[in-house]
Amino acid sequence: MTQLWDFAGGIHPAEHKHQSTGRPIRQAGLPKRLVLPLQQHIGAPAEAIVTEGERVLKGQRIAEVSAGMGVPVHAPTSGTIESIARLPVPHPSGMDDWCITLIPDGEDRWCQRHPIPDYRKLERDEVLDAIRTAGISGMGGAGFPTNIKLRPPKDRKVSTLILNGAECEPYITADDMTMRERSDEIIAGLKIMAWILRPERCVIAIEDNKPEAVAAMKEAAEGTQIEVIVVPTKYPSGGEKQLIRILTGMEVPSGGIPADIGVMCQNVGTAIAVARAILEGEPLIRRVVTITGEAVAEPGNFEALLGTPIHDLLDLAGLQRAQLHRLVLGGPMMGYTLNSADIPVVKTSNCVIAATAQELPEPEPEQPCIRCGQCAEVCPMELLPQQLFWYAKAGEFEKAEHTNLFDCIECGACSYVCPSSIPLVQYYRYAKGEIRVQQAEQLKADHARERFEARQARLEREQQEKELRRKERAKAAADAQAKKKEEAEQAAAQSEAVDEKAAKAALVQEALARKKASKPAAPEAQTTAESSAPAPDIPALEKQLTQAKSKLETMQSMLEDARAQQADNVDKLERAVAKNHERVKRAEEALTEVTTDTAPVTQSTE
Amino acid sequence: MALAQQSSPHARKARSTSRLMLWVIMATVPGLLAQTIFFGWGNLINVVWCIAVALAAEAAMLSIRKKPLAFFLKDNTAAVTGLLLGLSLPQFVPLWVSAIAVISAIVMAKQLYGGLGSNPFNPAMVGYALVLISFPVAMTTNWAQPGLLWESAPGFGETLNLLASAQQTVVDGYTMATPLDEYKHKITTHTATEVLAHPTFGEGIARGWEWVNVAFLLGGLVLIGLKIITWHIPVSLLAAIAVMSLAFGSNPDQYAPISLHMLAGGTMLGAFFIATDPVSAATSHQGKLIYGAGIGVLIYIIRSWGNYPDAVAFSVLLMNFAVPFIDHYTPPRTYGHHKARRGVPGKTKG
Ligand code: SF4
Ligand code: SF4
Repeated sequence: MTQLWDFAGGIHPAEHKHQSTGRPIRQAGLPKRLVLPLQQHIGAPAEAIVTEGERVLKGQRIAEVSAGMGVPVHAPTSGTIESIARLPVPHPSGMDDWCITLIPDGEDRWCQRHPIPDYRKLERDEVLDAIRTAGISGMGGAGFPTNIKLRPPKDRKVSTLILNGAECEPYITADDMTMRERSDEIIAGLKIMAWILRPERCVIAIEDNKPEAVAAMKEAAEGTQIEVIVVPTKYPSGGEKQLIRILTGMEVPSGGIPADIGVMCQNVGTAIAVARAILEGEPLIRRVVTITGEAVAEPGNFEALLGTPIHDLLDLAGLQRAQLHRLVLGGPMMGYTLNSADIPVVKTSNCVIAATAQELPEPEPEQPCIRCGQCAEVCPMELLPQQLFWYAKAGEFEKAEHTNLFDCIECGACSYVCPSSIPLVQYYRYAKGEIRVQQAEQLKADHARERFEARQARLEREQQEKELRRKERAKAAADAQAKKKEEAEQAAAQSEAVDEKAAKAALVQEALARKKASKPAAPEAQTTAESSAPAPDIPALEKQLTQAKSKLETMQSMLEDARAQQADNVDKLERAVAKNHERVKRAEEALTEVTTDTAPVTQSTE
Repeated sequence: MALAQQSSPHARKARSTSRLMLWVIMATVPGLLAQTIFFGWGNLINVVWCIAVALAAEAAMLSIRKKPLAFFLKDNTAAVTGLLLGLSLPQFVPLWVSAIAVISAIVMAKQLYGGLGSNPFNPAMVGYALVLISFPVAMTTNWAQPGLLWESAPGFGETLNLLASAQQTVVDGYTMATPLDEYKHKITTHTATEVLAHPTFGEGIARGWEWVNVAFLLGGLVLIGLKIITWHIPVSLLAAIAVMSLAFGSNPDQYAPISLHMLAGGTMLGAFFIATDPVSAATSHQGKLIYGAGIGVLIYIIRSWGNYPDAVAFSVLLMNFAVPFIDHYTPPRTYGHHKARRGVPGKTKG
């Protein structure tokens, strides 16, 4: 007998599991349309790689993640892409998100599959890649991309691989039924994961209220090194941190991951998905969902294609609409209510409870906290829930954070027992949300400050540069003056050479003018223009040019600032700058024309 | 189709506050019964009277504060405050004195602080301490002489008459000081054997009182069994009294023996029903141990060297003062942390 540890707190809510274990897993079949959200898990959303009207085959990739953490989405059956649009998705906020809608053609025609039964011959990275390509993300909780989870940080060795079959939430039996009926596939998937990780120990943990599942898994694990461990029924023993404590006596450090202490947990459903992906080449396109609650006549488990609308499943289970009072996605302890059944099954959907009003009654009105401490008695994270509640209610978020608010796993055990019916978890979510918003604002303020400081520095630099240019200009002007004097002297001395020289000077001027055109802010152009300026209309042109240039300069600096601040007048400024460029160029052209024409004349007249 | 929108958890199974309080009330029944059997009708009349006054005072305050009457009266907490006072006041204390105790408990100690859940001090003990200081004679001389109900105690009507009289003292022959008081005063001039020969102490430890204490202990164990209170406060409180009386009271010719400390006076009532009032007690397990031990030590100190006969009220109130401090330094260590985060943010960043 392996040694088991206990975790603090915990409760024993009514299980309601028998409602849905009476029937074997049923096939939900092909619905009329499938809705596939592009984001079904933590990480980056996928991008559609099909277009409306396109025909796709079963298993074909229809959305891919190009950057960041994420996995692709596949067509659960063959058919036509109807639309790519924002539709309601399973989310506590009831929000809309991008979804691909697929109309099945009824043929269920597969695309080319690439099973790798002899995966052991491959590199581990290639197998991980195949798992990613198959679109697998964790099927228990938040849905972390499995290939990333299976690649722990380089300096961490996973010595214990745990397959979590505890399923401690009341009502849910998806894992239970899967273990009873598909134990071989689970073991096959576990073996693949074990081959990737090379742990010393492989454990399947199952709560003792599932004897059939235990028996099935024990039989399937016969002859392997895999241990099937029966853990006492207590909520939330299926919480990753609690299960690790039960099996190893160790605690995942706050803010860390299980791999920090050499442990990894995977869900039973994930193991099946891995087995199917590697051994059959089948991407993740279906899963088992528990449909239960007293408002359905035939509760049970359904193997449904991803994207199947939940109301289809409810109808299959015999929903009695008049009875339905509350629709919960997930378990009664941690799930969230839906405001419509028109949302699809996604990779993380494990249970839908169609509850009657008697079954999950409205909560009693909130009373004052009497500090009875019942909440602290049951908290599996050994927090002080009532303290957190005071702080959250009073808006003292810093204190709440200090009291380890972020260690709360939102298991709901405290709310479950509170005699004053205080919706504690709701307060914690609110406080967490507020703190996150504050942090985001802090970050934004920091960025704004950085940007401001950068702008200040830039302005200073520009000021310095201007100063420098001014000095250079003054120097160049003085030089030119001296040169002119010299030239005049020389001209007086050798009047014959003058023509040749004047022609040369004209050439130089021309070149300079060209340069000016491509580099409008260049100061030398101005000085040279100045230096050879006795012709009557030249000063006017020069003035025009300087004006245009200075305007251009201001425009440009305004544009730069606007860009740095991401102001919305950038476009306008850009157009203005271009216009001023034009103006400067025209002025310069006019000037060069005049100077090239007049230069020799003036020179010779002198 | 309008579906209910709720935050998780969707399942709840809590014993409501009113149910918890009802259990507390039931658990005092053995003690009340023992009091009636050994000391006559006094406590029973007190209890009924105090509960009635408590409910009336609570209702009056709630209506002044414009709070829903039924919603709060139903929680049974005012009844418990009245009950605890009825159980701990002397059997022959005049009704007007007990009424003052109850009213100050409900009005001052509870409602003026914001009502249920917001009172830093144990309301019943505030009321008790107030009348003890204001009417010391009435509070120290009106303890019933132990006498079995069916033998020597005054009858129901007679008791009611005595209680209703405005006099602060009741005819001798019915009343006396408590055994602990008796012992403390006599031991300065007598030997332990001589003191214990007095009829107050009877054959056992302290006639009648030991049975009352045992009955409250029983009720208290029921509360622990039902997980309405945890063992931490009563056990540490009793352990502290035991340790103190073993350390200082080894010579019975000087101090009352341990048996008297445990089973005379309000020890068990205080340990299981008064010190465990959740609102004004410490919260974490560690905190409760410190809190209970503190009360135990103070009870012993006040009993042995103080001027008051029983010390539960003052000890509880003194430790109520210390609760914020204790709570501050005894948070539990959260899962996944090396040590508990004490203090306030900023000062000791964990
Ligand atoms: S269980 Fe409820 S009433 Fe009791 S201490 Fe916790 S929050 Fe307060
Ligand atoms: S919801 Fe949070 S505070 Fe409440 S019991 Fe669970 S972990 Fe503890």
